[in-house]
Amino acid sequence: MTPYLQVDHASVEFRTPRGLFRALDNVNFKVSEGEFVSLIGHSGCGKSTVLNLIAGLVEPTAGGVVLNGREVAGPGPERAVVFQNHSLLPWLTAYGNIHLAVEKVFGAQETAAQLKARTEAALELVGLAKARDKRPHELSGGMKQRVGIARALAMEPKVLLMDEPFGALDALTRANLQDSLMEIQAKLKCTVVMVTHDVDEAVLLSDRVVMMTNGPAATIGEILDVKLPRPRQRLKLAEDGEYHRACAAILRFLHQGGAERGHAGAALALAVG
Amino acid sequence: MSAVIRLQAVEPDTVTTAPAAANTPPPPESGPSRASRIAGGLAAAGKAVLPPIMGLAVLVGVWALVSTFSDYLPGPRATFLAAVELFSDPFYVAGPNDMGIGWNVLKSLGRVALGFGLAALVGIPLGFLLGRFSLLSKAFNPVISLLRPVSPLAWLPIGLAVFKAADPAAIFVIFICSIWPMILNTAMGVAALPQDYMNVARVLQLSEWKIFTKILLPATVPYVLTGAKLALGIAWLVIVASEMLTGGVGIGFWVWDEWNNLNMSHIIVAIVVIGSVGLALEAGMAKLAQRFDYRHQ
Repeated sequence: MTPYLQVDHASVEFRTPRGLFRALDNVNFKVSEGEFVSLIGHSGCGKSTVLNLIAGLVEPTAGGVVLNGREVAGPGPERAVVFQNHSLLPWLTAYGNIHLAVEKVFGAQETAAQLKARTEAALELVGLAKARDKRPHELSGGMKQRVGIARALAMEPKVLLMDEPFGALDALTRANLQDSLMEIQAKLKCTVVMVTHDVDEAVLLSDRVVMMTNGPAATIGEILDVKLPRPRQRLKLAEDGEYHRACAAILRFLHQGGAERGHAGAALALAVG
Repeated sequence: MSAVIRLQAVEPDTVTTAPAAANTPPPPESGPSRASRIAGGLAAAGKAVLPPIMGLAVLVGVWALVSTFSDYLPGPRATFLAAVELFSDPFYVAGPNDMGIGWNVLKSLGRVALGFGLAALVGIPLGFLLGRFSLLSKAFNPVISLLRPVSPLAWLPIGLAVFKAADPAAIFVIFICSIWPMILNTAMGVAALPQDYMNVARVLQLSEWKIFTKILLPATVPYVLTGAKLALGIAWLVIVASEMLTGGVGIGFWVWDEWNNLNMSHIIVAIVVIGSVGLALEAGMAKLAQRFDYRHQ
């Protein structure tokens, strides 16, 4: 079976004043259609770079990214990004922010009324129909992130890329949004790649968790299958042995330092992938 | 206005509670708290108004003191009388070189508007280009740094030589002096655009025109208007000087004319007028800036 999305032996180097900096080294993994994959690792290990690579915001120096049989060359709306800091345009309302994306993707073939319906449906999906005409500074952090998710989903992307989407939120809001995200994903069956540094979040949401070694020259340490049935409920999971085994496996990886085990892990990843 | 209304509202209240106070213990808060609230309001208003009045009083006092030692400098009283006379007929026309102070101010404002408008028309687009394309900014920043500190009056001969007339030369000087802050501030606004917004534009694959109207322009407007505010201040500063040299009708030449007549009280009136107009222009621009700044909407 050919994978839907493949990061194919990709390396990324940045030019810095002190010479080349190798951020990613030979990163290789595959994602099936409709799968939810998390990238987890310590801060600064390059997980966001992997996401930007898939988004096309960063170019690989070696290897590449293939989506649905076509190589990724630059950013595009079929790979929607939910940015870490929401990145809503402050001069547009929630509606305006989403509509900008909807208009770009569907404007050529749909009527104004259809575009409006799409925008409103996206707001409805994330439970923000009432905040339609609010500007970002009038919204709470969680609501802003919801608008960011609605904007990305409204584009009907092939892949939804999320860069620590709930990182800046308080625990209750985060749990709330995670539940919403699971519901939405169950409904839309979208393919998601999410960057996180939260172990519980990774296990709760993902079908597979890709663990990254520490940078520089970060690569994939291990890939964990989360064998939990869906729909998942956080309260029930608290007593689930498999859930705790998964969390423990990730914690063990993160605490024992991915760096030393990096190359053995990469070989394992190849075998698994 | 609101204080007056409140006072009226208080009165019937205190009247009705007064007899009751004789037999029953008075409601503790109503009467005195309202009075104290009004007093507090007055105190707050006094705190806001009093210091500026004190500052002005010191200024007028020093002026009055200095004028007693000078044969030519009129005191506040004489100046006030001259001002009353001037403003009793600000729009008289007694010949091409003898018009009321109102006409002079309007003429100057017209030149400022033209020079400033042209500077905005050229400077703001130039600022966008310089901010968006680093090659252009590398090419022109040295030129701007070289020309920006040049005194306004040094440009006047150039203007006179090119346009061979006083009026366009004065407008040219306004233009050349007020264009720099507009270019620099606009370019700064474009350069300060958060990368996040550009990433959104890239993921959406927005066209260059959409990027301009939906992202670049709204993000830069506050910077553009700051530049315009600075530029307008400079323009008003410069017009007086250049009119002194070019002549004709205008507040700058009017000052010079009154100096030749040794009419010092009129000059002081003119200074106050120039200051007030400058203040009004700046306040207007600040208001405009707030209106178009997405952060205040």
